[in-house]
Formats: sequence, structure tokens, C-alpha cells
Amino acid sequence: MKKVVLMGNPNVGKSVFFSRLTGANVITSNYPGTTVDFSKGRLCRGKDGHEIIDAPGTYSLEPSNRAEEVALELLEGADLVINVADATNLERNLYLTLQILERKIPVILALNMWDEAGHVGISINRERLEAELGIPVVATIALSGEGFHELMQRIGDAHPSETIRPMNEEERWIRIGEIVKNVQQITHRHHTLRDWLSEASIRPLTGFPIAIGVMLAAFWCVSIIGESLIDYVFDPLFALYTPVAMSLSAWLGPGFLHDLLIGTLIDGQIDYVQSMGLFTTGIYVPFAMVLPYIVAFYTVLAVFEDSGYLPRLATLTDTIFHRFGMHGFGIIPVFLSLGCNVTGILATRNLETKKQRFIAAALLAISVPCMAKNAMVFGILGPYGAGYVMLVFATLFLVFVLSGLILNRLIKGDSPEICLEIPPYRRPDPGTVLKKTLMRIRWFLQEAIPFLFLGVLIINVLYTVGFVEWLGGVFAPVIQGWFGLPAEATTALLVGFLRKDLAVGMLLPLAMSPMQLVIATTLLTIYFPCVGTFSIMFRELGARDMIKATAFMAAMALLVGGTMRLLLLGL
Amino acid sequence: MIQPVSHLETGQSAVICRLEGGFHFRKKMWAMGIHEKKIIRLVAKHPFHGPVVIEVDGREITLGRRMAGHIIVGDPE
Repeated sequence: MKKVVLMGNPNVGKSVFFSRLTGANVITSNYPGTTVDFSKGRLCRGKDGHEIIDAPGTYSLEPSNRAEEVALELLEGADLVINVADATNLERNLYLTLQILERKIPVILALNMWDEAGHVGISINRERLEAELGIPVVATIALSGEGFHELMQRIGDAHPSETIRPMNEEERWIRIGEIVKNVQQITHRHHTLRDWLSEASIRPLTGFPIAIGVMLAAFWCVSIIGESLIDYVFDPLFALYTPVAMSLSAWLGPGFLHDLLIGTLIDGQIDYVQSMGLFTTGIYVPFAMVLPYIVAFYTVLAVFEDSGYLPRLATLTDTIFHRFGMHGFGIIPVFLSLGCNVTGILATRNLETKKQRFIAAALLAISVPCMAKNAMVFGILGPYGAGYVMLVFATLFLVFVLSGLILNRLIKGDSPEICLEIPPYRRPDPGTVLKKTLMRIRWFLQEAIPFLFLGVLIINVLYTVGFVEWLGGVFAPVIQGWFGLPAEATTALLVGFLRKDLAVGMLLPLAMSPMQLVIATTLLTIYFPCVGTFSIMFRELGARDMIKATAFMAAMALLVGGTMRLLLLGL
Repeated sequence: MIQPVSHLETGQSAVICRLEGGFHFRKKMWAMGIHEKKIIRLVAKHPFHGPVVIEVDGREITLGRRMAGHIIVGDPE
């Protein structure tokens, strides 16, 4: 089987390219570094026996972060390279092209975003470029699919270049200068509204007010979409389901199976939050409490990503993130983590040093609540008023800042400065946004729902055999003495390791005061990541750093819980 | 006047004269299209020694202040 590798600079549209070639669905965004791992697929369009790999974006063949290392490894095993270049930025893209050509691998060059080059007044003479480089060059527009027919026809012509020989840095740039002079013409264009907006949103004086406005609008959208979905879609659906579940409950009669599947009836009725059965709470929590917010969040996130706003936000937050031992790019994992910590931790691969990646991953796991956690906070404290909800988020924000400051001092290593390309603003395409949201929701359903189900199952079994109670007894002194919570809350906090969102149902029947609930929910979000996050941290950080992060988490939970107890409950 | 790009006024353009700093840094800048004789414009400068945003070839790039200090520019001819 022939290995075809897609190589190119960050943010040139390789992932869209990949999904065009393979028919596969991959996440794409308008900022550099969306692909941190590679995806594999089979070339469709009548070319059998070609495996195609989408490599992370890289500027050169001397890697400066993990994602770029992955790209280099992939190149070394390639039989053929499709080099995707941004036609609006030929000069810079050619650097990588020359480096690949010097390795004598068969290459075909795709000048992507051909339409945009036209818009900004760039014209490139393709025949001339082919002659200069000695390889086939095609013009493509990955978003619309233009040029792909030609690409497929000419893929067989790809061969090692005869005209490009190995050279050093200096010679390479001189060569690029000559090539660009020969093939490219630029007609000057005037500043547009887009340029003006771009600059206003990245300058400090105008950028910060814009950022605050954008954030508020985003959160408002998420809550409006989420609440509407619950009120008008999911709750009515569950109202239809209740009679079915009730008749199942009657048919089962009391006993082990009833406890497992339906759970405890509250006042003779199913309470979807508190019953804890596999077919009651086990499906209500993921579908009616978490899923609506997941849909809402990922829709808004997709709009954000495709517009190109995130790198501007990274620039604005750079100064403050340096205090936490990272640079501004750290905001992107934080943002993704608000949906799911697993994707957030994967995105830390774009940070250059081990120190940065460790701090980012640890901070995410401790203090950035994912949608499931958010739904939990709203579910528990929402009925008591927005003030209590705000108290949790304010605490988490403080924990983020405090942990960042501490970890920056504690962890040895470098924190290099930011170096981030700012993509032009693009209007998000509704079709792409929809597709991306659906993909992420499908991912959530596939990855998270089985875990959630398994969580309910394991907990119900452990409960029945008395293990949870025993463990609860062991930890009770800490929970009661240090955090000021009832002994029964211990179980809920332990269950939180498997699924935080389930702990909701276990905390509610304990008749705690709102302030106690604030402490319990804050602790639930801080002290331990869910199983999924735990395993991804293990993979990304290794066992040693994982243990370090866990120890820090435990210390933070004790500190924060104790402090909150003193402040909110008194002695 | 010869000065680091970070000393320009916001909105001001200049020509890159040379890149200082280590081999890796210069290589990275070259790979991003930032090198001698290019026209560079300072788009934004963030306070408290924060990053600067520069524009080269119609592309904006955010750079840390120290990195920007290594890009030495002069008046355009």
C-alpha cells in the first residue's frame, strides 16, 4: 500500500483537503494547530491502494513542538507527498516545499485557497512554478472542491524534483526569492472593513472591551440555546417516556433489578435526577441535562473557531498567561476544555515546552469545568439562584489563577514567548458549522455515553454490595471535619471520579444548605478529573507527571475546600 | 533610524535590516516569512511588556516582546 502524506504549513486547509480526498470527517478550524495528531484514511475517487495521512501543520522540517515532531516522523515514512500550500502566502510556504523536495520524495504541490489569492490581488503563474520546482502544481479550493479532479489525475505524475538540490538555509531563501519574483504578481489592494476589524480586535485599548463583549455574547448564546433545547425538546420527550418507565417499574416489582434499572422511587414517582437507575437517571443526565448544553456549546465554539477570533484572544491574554508559565496560546486548550477536558488536553500539544504542557493540562483538569460539570453546577445550584452559581465559577477562576501562579514557580523549565500567526477573519459557513457540531456531538455520544452508563452500573453494583459505604466511612472525617459536609456526601464525591455529573443526583437528597452545596460542587469540579481525562493525561504527561498533577490536585482540593468552609460556613 | 521593531509606533512601517538572537529564532522567523528587506508594520503593542502584533506580506503575527526586540528595522527608502 502506498503511503500518501499531506504536508503543509499550519492553517493552510490541510484538514479540509483531507476530508475532500477521503470523504472522512475531520475537525477543521480557522487557526493554526487544530490537527495535533494525524488522521489516516483511504484515498477515494477511484484510487485504490493509497493510504492517506493528514499530518499536523509545520513551518519547516526542524520541529519546534510535539505536533511538528509528529509531522516529521510521518514524512519519513511517506511514498508520496501532497504538499498543500497557501496560495495567498506563497513565499513562506515554499520554504517547507523546498525542504521536502530536497529529500527526493515524489511530491505534488497544491496551491490551496486559490480563490482567496485572487481576492487579495495575488496571481501566480503555475506553469512557471512547475518548471522552477520540477514537480506538478495544481490550483485548488478545498472548501468547494475545485481543482481536485486535476489533482487526482496528476497524482500519478508526482516524482522527485530534478531541479531542486539540497542547499543550506541562506541558499534556500535566495532561491525562494528568485522563484517568487518569477511566478508571482501582486496588485495592491486597499484596506477593507475586515482589516479594520482585525486590528481593532487585537489592539489592547479596543481589543479588551471587544473580547468581554464577545465572551458575554457567547455565554448568553450557550445558555439560551441550551435552555430552549431542554424546555422545548428534551423535557417533552422525557414526559412521553415516563409512562413507559413507570410501567417497567411496576412490571419489575421491588428487588435488585428494580434498584439497578429504575432506582429509588421518590414519593412513588420516578425522579430523573435522584432515582439513580440505569433507565432513569442513567439516560436523563446525559441526554436531557448535558447534551443540550453540549449542542449549544459546540455550535458556538464552531462559529468561534471558524471566524478566526481565537488567535486574537490568545494575543490579548498572552501577558496574563505568562504569569501562569504559559503563553497566550494556552487560552485555546482552556476554551476547548469548556466543552470537554479531553480535547483541551490534546490541544496542549501546540505548546512548545514540557513545563507549559504540564501546567496547561493540570490547570485544565483542576479548574476548567467541562460541559458535564457546568450542567451539574447549574442543575444543583440553579434552583437556589444565580448568585450561588456565580460563587462556584468565581472560586474556580480564583483556583485557576492561584494554581497557575503556584505551578509557574514550582515547575522547572522554560516558558518561551508566543509566536502565533493571526489568520484573516472569515465568515463561518453555516454548513461547516453544522457538520462540525454534529461530528462533535456524535463523538460525545460515542465516547461519553457508554462511560456514563457504565458509571451508573458500577456505582449501583458497588452500592448494593456495600463497598461505597465502607469507603465513605474511611473518608468521612475529612469530609465532615475539614469540608463541613454531611458524611453521606462522601459517597457522592467518590462517585464523582467515575462520572461527576452523576454525583448531582446523589448530592440532592442530602438536604444540604445552599452554601454546603456550593462547597460540594466546587470540590467535585476541582478534585479529580473524570476517567476519560485521567487516561488522556496519563498518555500525554506520562506516569510521573500524572502523579505530580494528581498530588497537586488533591492539595488544591483540600486547601480550597477548607478555605471555603471557613469563609462560607464559619467554624 | 535603526531600532527594534517593538520601538516603532503603532501603525508605523519600516524595513527589516537584520535579525538578531540565536540560530533557532532566526530560522523560525525566516520560515514565517520575516527576514531582511521585508516591509514590516507594527499593528499593536500590548502593555506590561506584553506581545506585539506585526504585519508582514499582509499577514499578522503575534510575537513575544523579546522576540520582537531581535527584529531590527530601519526607515523605508
